[in-house]
Amino acid sequence: MTESVFRSYSESDALRSDRSAGDRLRHRQKVREAIRENVVDIVAEESIIGQSRDKIIKVPIRGVREYHFIFGDDSPRVGSGPGDSQPGQVIDKTEGAQPGGKAGNQPGVDYYETEITLEELVDIMFEDLDLPDMERKKLREVPVESMRKRKGFRRVGVRAHLDKKRTAMARMRRKQAARTPPVSELGLARFPFHRDDLKYRHIVRDLRFQSNAVVLCIMDTSGSMDTMKKYLARSFFFLLYQFVRTRYNNVQVVFIAHDAQAREVSEEEFFTKGGSGGTIISSGYLKALEIIKERFHPSLWNVYAFHCSDGDNWTQDNPAALRAARELAEVCNLFGYGEIKPLNSGSYGDSLLELFEKIEAANFHALMIENKEDIWPSFKQLLLRERAGEMADYP
Amino acid sequence: MARSWTIQDLEYWDARIQEKVREFGLECFPQEFEVCDHEQMLGYMAYHGMPAHYPHWSFGKAYEKLKTLYSYGVSGLPYEMVINAAPSLAYLMRENSLCLQILTIAHVYGHNDFFRNNFTFRNTRPELAIAHFKLRADRVRRYAEDPSIGLQRVEEILDAAHALSLQCRRDTAIRKLLRTEQQERALADAMPPRDPYAGIHKPREYRTPDLNKLPLEPEEDMLLFIAENQPYLSEWQKDLLRIVHDESQYFIPQIETKIMNEGWASYWHHQIMNSLDLPEDLHLEFLVHHNQVVRPHPGGLNPYYLGFKLWEDIRRRHDGVQSPDAVPSPGAAGGREKIFEVRETDRDVSFLRRFLTEPMMREMDLFEYRREPDQTVITQVSDADHWEAVRDSLLRNVGMATVPVIRIVDADFCHNRVLLLRHEHDGRDLQREYLEKTLGYVHRLWDRQVLLETTVSGKKVTFSFDNGGFGEIRTEQPERRHPQD
Repeated sequence: MTESVFRSYSESDALRSDRSAGDRLRHRQKVREAIRENVVDIVAEESIIGQSRDKIIKVPIRGVREYHFIFGDDSPRVGSGPGDSQPGQVIDKTEGAQPGGKAGNQPGVDYYETEITLEELVDIMFEDLDLPDMERKKLREVPVESMRKRKGFRRVGVRAHLDKKRTAMARMRRKQAARTPPVSELGLARFPFHRDDLKYRHIVRDLRFQSNAVVLCIMDTSGSMDTMKKYLARSFFFLLYQFVRTRYNNVQVVFIAHDAQAREVSEEEFFTKGGSGGTIISSGYLKALEIIKERFHPSLWNVYAFHCSDGDNWTQDNPAALRAARELAEVCNLFGYGEIKPLNSGSYGDSLLELFEKIEAANFHALMIENKEDIWPSFKQLLLRERAGEMADYP
Repeated sequence: MARSWTIQDLEYWDARIQEKVREFGLECFPQEFEVCDHEQMLGYMAYHGMPAHYPHWSFGKAYEKLKTLYSYGVSGLPYEMVINAAPSLAYLMRENSLCLQILTIAHVYGHNDFFRNNFTFRNTRPELAIAHFKLRADRVRRYAEDPSIGLQRVEEILDAAHALSLQCRRDTAIRKLLRTEQQERALADAMPPRDPYAGIHKPREYRTPDLNKLPLEPEEDMLLFIAENQPYLSEWQKDLLRIVHDESQYFIPQIETKIMNEGWASYWHHQIMNSLDLPEDLHLEFLVHHNQVVRPHPGGLNPYYLGFKLWEDIRRRHDGVQSPDAVPSPGAAGGREKIFEVRETDRDVSFLRRFLTEPMMREMDLFEYRREPDQTVITQVSDADHWEAVRDSLLRNVGMATVPVIRIVDADFCHNRVLLLRHEHDGRDLQREYLEKTLGYVHRLWDRQVLLETTVSGKKVTFSFDNGGFGEIRTEQPERRHPQD
């Protein structure tokens, strides 16, 4: 055996040696992809409004697991105990789940969940969408209560705005520049402030444009809308709301439930209260129009409306519904209709999709949702429609 | 943390440790030490300790995970890392105290000796290990940078290859038969055995063996087999499969000897440190660290603990010393020779089978446990009736025994280039979700339907993965062997 070699630590090597950076980046990309794939599962669980943007959401991640052929979890393992282990004894769950230095290459405990904030989640969800241009909506932006904000410095101003630090710095600078400081009769070098040294904070009024948007969630709550259908509708409303929220600073949500009659309800009622009776869709649209007229005038508000139903309308109402839908499409930035027909749900009733084909408005979109996997693609389609609307406005 | 040592200190102690190493008869490769900080250590850990390694996102994941565990204090960093290479390479953490460095250096020589002498490492070619890893890294990077290939396609192959990386032969020390040798063996097997009563027996019919069958004998090296027999793979794809295969071949001996290896290193750092006449403060610090390293993990199994205990026990028993407090005298033969012999000829499975005795199991309170949906329950403890069962259960949870044995039976099943795999069921079912996903990776590489025969809850099942996705094939035929027969 020869002499061994010692290589000492070198700082520059350490700085250069972040070799995992590329692989870490790629891994994080994969995590984001995985989240995006699971978005539907997440949104269906979340309640739409009243959520802080900092709320932490647990996201299951499947995409980043590394798969091998492994044995099932129920195969017996061996551990060491303190000396008094008995058959049938229950060991602490956490200890069982994370046996320290386990021999061999048991698949490590993969983290199946990651925690992110709602805001991050929304960013991830929308990052791969071609987001519509915001230019057009300037018309509907309203200047709001202006704020005061600082903007640079001035030589003149009111005393209260004097910036003492900068003033002192200016004096010192001048003192350095003046090579021979004047000597006063006391023998002390005195170097007084000059008017040029004074620096005042300049304050301007900040004019901000407030962009307002309202999301109208219209849902059929007649007897035929069961929990599964509401679950799908809820995911869709959630996406729309989150999307609108990334675009505007002031977003309001209105829930309109209708069976044969329409009424405005709270979020909780909207999703939980079971309805009964028949379905007159036009009632929901007329209610929406009424609310828009009263509270959300289209000159001040960007209106997004979405209607979920199982397509089972009272036939006589169809012409009225069509008329109201056309009207609604005119005042909305985007108006969507989602027909929810879960597979095997037994509802083979009428479809309104054919009826709504007659609506030519470019910002109207009708779509069919059969299961939760449909939600995300459908939603993307819907947003394309909004782009189409803009194109139509600005050829 | 204040650095209370210099490289000169380390060299001084290294020289003294080497003296002891020679005195105790360890045979080591030349040793190189590199001082690094904790960030670098995390980096080395993520890349299996290799100074150069090909890139893949899974290493980024490993790094993040290690870093998270480390920064939340869930797990500390190892004091050292040693690479099976010649000269052997070890990393020392800059932040560690002098005592830890001395302990680590002593520990490293234990690993070094083990790498050099244990039979499982015989074919790992340590003199070229680091260079090989570097070359492989260069190749993978070249493919990723090649505009006609690109990172994404490289990643697709690597993802699939990593999933199958441990589906390979376990006995790397035994030479694999060439195809011609397999053919010879098939011909020899087909010959009817010599029958001393040929006169009264009906002569057995001679069946010509199908020498063109692929594979001739069930094949365990999945990646290698696919690289050789999938006609539509490009050269770079085959190369990636071989790279992953070669790498796992290099690491299998370490998987197979984890308990022995860590126990051996711990045993020798203990011996060396005790013989160094350390100043009292260093010695006390050493005792604290040593006990941390070889302490039992309640509920789990610390390979340092198990290995250290067993090596001590073997030596004690062969020295004829029965009391655990008695210090073995270095002059006594028997025990010393025995442990040196064992460190050369065993791997974890055989080591535990031969030397894990009932008293030892009772002393360590080894038990078998089973995970139930909401709790973990002890099923058996090491008492007089069950210690062998617990030991056998342990044997199935060490080294490569934790990886299911899956063999390629036929690469041209039904003359349709369908790949037929068979899981050699040993009482443990495969995890369903992982099976589905991994079979998907096999399909990605083989690019044709893949079948896997296995047993689920006692019933034979065949799973299939083709372009339509994953599915279960109902086999109508009844079990061939009935228990009544």
